Amino acid sequence: MSTVRVLVGTRKGAFVLRADAKRARWDVSGPYFGGWEIYHLKGSPADPQRLYASQSSGWFGQQIQRSNDGGQTWEPVGNQFVYDGVPGTHQWYDGTPHPWEFKRVWHLEPSLTDPDTVYAGVEDAALFHSSDGGQTWQELPALRNVKGHLWQPGAGGMCVHTIVLDPSKPERIFIAISAAGTFRTDDAGRSWRPMNRGLRSEGIPDPHAEVGHCVHRIAMHPSRPHVLFMQKHWDVMRSDDAGESWHEVSGNLPTDFGFPIDVHAHEPDTIYVVPITSDAEHYPPEGKLRVYRSRTGGNEWEALTKGLPQRDCYVNVLRDAMGVDALDPCGLYFGTTGGQVYGSADAGDSWAAIVRDLPPVLSVEVQTLP
Amino acid sequence: MIRVVLPTHLRTLARVDGEVQLDVEGPATLRAVLDTLEARYPMLRGAIRDHGTQRRRAFVRFFACEQDLSHESPDASLPDAVATGTEPLLIVGAMAGG
Repeated sequence: MSTVRVLVGTRKGAFVLRADAKRARWDVSGPYFGGWEIYHLKGSPADPQRLYASQSSGWFGQQIQRSNDGGQTWEPVGNQFVYDGVPGTHQWYDGTPHPWEFKRVWHLEPSLTDPDTVYAGVEDAALFHSSDGGQTWQELPALRNVKGHLWQPGAGGMCVHTIVLDPSKPERIFIAISAAGTFRTDDAGRSWRPMNRGLRSEGIPDPHAEVGHCVHRIAMHPSRPHVLFMQKHWDVMRSDDAGESWHEVSGNLPTDFGFPIDVHAHEPDTIYVVPITSDAEHYPPEGKLRVYRSRTGGNEWEALTKGLPQRDCYVNVLRDAMGVDALDPCGLYFGTTGGQVYGSADAGDSWAAIVRDLPPVLSVEVQTLP
Repeated sequence: MIRVVLPTHLRTLARVDGEVQLDVEGPATLRAVLDTLEARYPMLRGAIRDHGTQRRRAFVRFFACEQDLSHESPDASLPDAVATGTEPLLIVGAMAGG
């Protein structure tokens, strides 16, 4: 019987939630790395027992932890992230030049085929790569050549927070940066192009600029890798040409500001977002926590509320804090800054809190195990 | 033998309980102690001082014998009481909450 493992990164440690395919009773283990910020942890698609975790602290810096037994035991691996060459400057919040400085790893993306190969998206924005299970890390520096001097931090910092690997083209990678936009390589990182045509952003001098957009998250269904969905700072967007152009699909959403976006495991046109009031008010509209689902690839959205708080709820759901399982019906999970992790075993029709009182949730990843 | 007290998070990271006791070759300086510490516990590399510059991380302090050694040269001699193991070297996370 299949099982589900939900990997939860929080401000004060990591937690692992486990359930059988019914997804009704959950075992909660953790905290792992108690007291440390766990921005992200994720399992290898090629070996689900191999997990990677980003552990960081304002005091003691960055650690990368690795597990070979599905998160029961961990070992620290390499934590040296050195930019290639002299990285120069990006823009500071006020537009002045600011030197590039490594701060933390936001996102770890294991290879689809090799458990020892993993990518790390870091702040200040860059992409690193390891082919020895995280022992050593090398930057893919060509990314910063794509007008890196014009990138600027969003409220959370200037970070590579999204890494999407194309299952049909092993050398194609999409990444997203706040606040620079989406970028694509077709040659395993040797060269990159901005993929921001069609985006329109307030808060930058040219709303249609080639770079500078605050992309919050992009998502892809593996069966249709040329179709991408994006939650931008404002606007939910869609690309049908592998990022070459984007069009808005916000449709009837109550607000098109938000952070995560994800795709149903079996229905490539069924997508999910969590609308947030605005960039000034990072909580749900009207105090009602609602996931919105589109079964049409955008534009037409329905509110999913059953089991979610519909009054006095003022939490946020961060960009990496939503995931889906691969069971049928598809399960959906998200964590909040209030420490709840909600799960749905029926594609979002109904929800229940798996845990309610964790530290603020930074990331949620889901593994479906045979 | 030099005694080193690590902050809680670094004891957890290095999987040690209580004080660490180090045999440091040559003059007892902060640099020599940290080199020896990191050689025994490689996971502490980068957590106390920067990988590249070897400078103390901003929120880490070094105390001993009721003195703040954080701003001393890493090549200055440590107090005799630390060098002889009478007093520990305290590696401390700066008092800034968390």
